Amino acid sequence: MLNVSAKQTQKLAMAGIWGGGVITLLLLIVIIGYVLLQGLPGINWEFLTTNPKGGLSGEGGILSTVVSTLYLIGITLVLLVPIGIGSAVYLSEYAPNNRLTRIIRYGIETLAGIPSIIFGLFGYALFVTVLSFNFSILSGALTLVCLLLPTMITTTEEALKAVSYSYREAALALGTTKWQMISRIVLPSAIPGIVTAVILCIGRAIGETACLYVTMGGSAAMPSSLLEGGRTLSLHVFYLAMETNAMDKAMATAAVLIIIIILINALTNLLAGRFQKRLKGIS
Amino acid sequence: MTEYNLNGQTCRGDKIKAKNLNFYYGSFQALRDINLDIPGCAITAIIGPSGCGKSSFLRLLNRMNDLIYGSRIEGTIELDGKNIFDKEVDVVDLRKNVGMVFQKPNPFPISIFDNIAFGPKQHGKKSKIELEEIVENSLKKAALWDEVKDKLGQSALALSGGQQQRLCIARVLSVEPQVILMDEPCSALDPMATLKIEDLMRTLAKNYTIIIVTHNMQQAARVSDTTAFFMMEPDRAGSLVEYGLTSEIFTNPKDKRTEDYITGRFG
Ligand SMILES: Nc1ncnc2c1ncn2[C@@H]1O[C@H](COP(=O)(O)OP(=O)(O)OP(=O)(O)O)[C@@H](O)[C@H]1O
Ligand SMILES: [Mg+2]
Repeated sequence: MLNVSAKQTQKLAMAGIWGGGVITLLLLIVIIGYVLLQGLPGINWEFLTTNPKGGLSGEGGILSTVVSTLYLIGITLVLLVPIGIGSAVYLSEYAPNNRLTRIIRYGIETLAGIPSIIFGLFGYALFVTVLSFNFSILSGALTLVCLLLPTMITTTEEALKAVSYSYREAALALGTTKWQMISRIVLPSAIPGIVTAVILCIGRAIGETACLYVTMGGSAAMPSSLLEGGRTLSLHVFYLAMETNAMDKAMATAAVLIIIIILINALTNLLAGRFQKRLKGIS
Repeated sequence: MTEYNLNGQTCRGDKIKAKNLNFYYGSFQALRDINLDIPGCAITAIIGPSGCGKSSFLRLLNRMNDLIYGSRIEGTIELDGKNIFDKEVDVVDLRKNVGMVFQKPNPFPISIFDNIAFGPKQHGKKSKIELEEIVENSLKKAALWDEVKDKLGQSALALSGGQQQRLCIARVLSVEPQVILMDEPCSALDPMATLKIEDLMRTLAKNYTIIIVTHNMQQAARVSDTTAFFMMEPDRAGSLVEYGLTSEIFTNPKDKRTEDYITGRFG
């Protein structure tokens, strides 16, 4: 009797798990498929290699927005990844288990839940105004770093914590210093988790609009330096969809956005694989 | 210091010397007043019921307990006459000298070669030829070379449990310690693999000082030269009940509690 019901429960659970998986997959395929179907026909060489005309026409291509986006993501990652990993290593390996550490951790978790537009306002006040970086890619990147650090730190810390204690013991028992143990055993073992953190952050950075609008402005011109404003792809999609009638161009831009996300994720995974091999001395 | 002849070699009778040793986890006393002279180039077995502080004692010898927040030591442990808890002792050097094999085989999730080369590399050996030599020698000493020489590049996690444990022993040997600590190294292994490790220990005892914690009375009797029997006092602090040559402890124990324990009437 008990057996039968246990088996039935398992069947039900399996059905639920399968169902969930199938629905997620379907949603993913439908959304990506729809955007690509609608957008791909609008993509051509001219579209990719000219700047938007600006104004309400929706005319022109997307070159400057692609450049702005890549620029922004690049600067953000260069700052975010080392600071994030450093903080996570401190919290997971060095911070004493005391009240201050708990408060810091609580603060980080709270920050992770604050809406991005609040970070945008903060970035506007600090970077755009006080530090007078003006509406610029730098202001946008610094704001993104603040916005994403909590996610980067907590996800990386999880990855570090997941590395088995027995590896740490084994390394220390061989007479390595704590730092050798961390840099040679813990960090390499945690790389898959850290890559997940980076990809998560890239995804969020690419999707942000409001908090970048108030820190980068929305200039559609080609940025020639970090201290100039710019318009990201997401922001451009928003413009095209809301301010112009060029729905086809919005879709085409969205398709480019998706392709860029896929490429960046693939690249991140590739680099991480190489890096992990090198750290472990396999290559 | 008494010198004596064991395994065909002249050895220090007090390679490791614990004096009036008390050890605490916070307010809990785990070891009380341990006095114990462990001879060099011999195998010393530590036996006793679960929770009597065998692992705690072992982990004091390479100061792994330093990692445990709130742990505290009174008394001294001397290695070759030098207190290992002295301020000027570098714990990293100590651990190079006093290696440890853990209860559960814990190879790093990297290749067999890299597992062995890891320690020497961290200690500054960079030349590929030198590392290859160390890897081969260590694996040979650990009686694993023939089984893995054709797959040094493969992940260490693909080895069997017994092979993994011998790999861990080879990894310890690679940094050339004088003392090897083993905390129930065979408890996760089948009888055949266990015998292999025991053979290996007997071979290694010619050149190394080995201290092994074991729950297996036959193993202690088979493999060790001296045996220490620990037991818990009423407040659960571990103390040393009896210590002597293994042959005597197992045939002619002086303490009633030792006799009860080794004959299985207790614990
Ligand atoms: N990290 C720790 N913090 C607090 N108490 C501990 C810690 N490790 C061990 N103890 C306690 O110290 C005592 C001795 O533990 P230890 O692990 O040394 O025993 P053992 O003889 O190795 O036992 P077993 O044969 O089961 O492995 C036990 O009462 C245990 O609960
Ligand atoms: Mg134990």
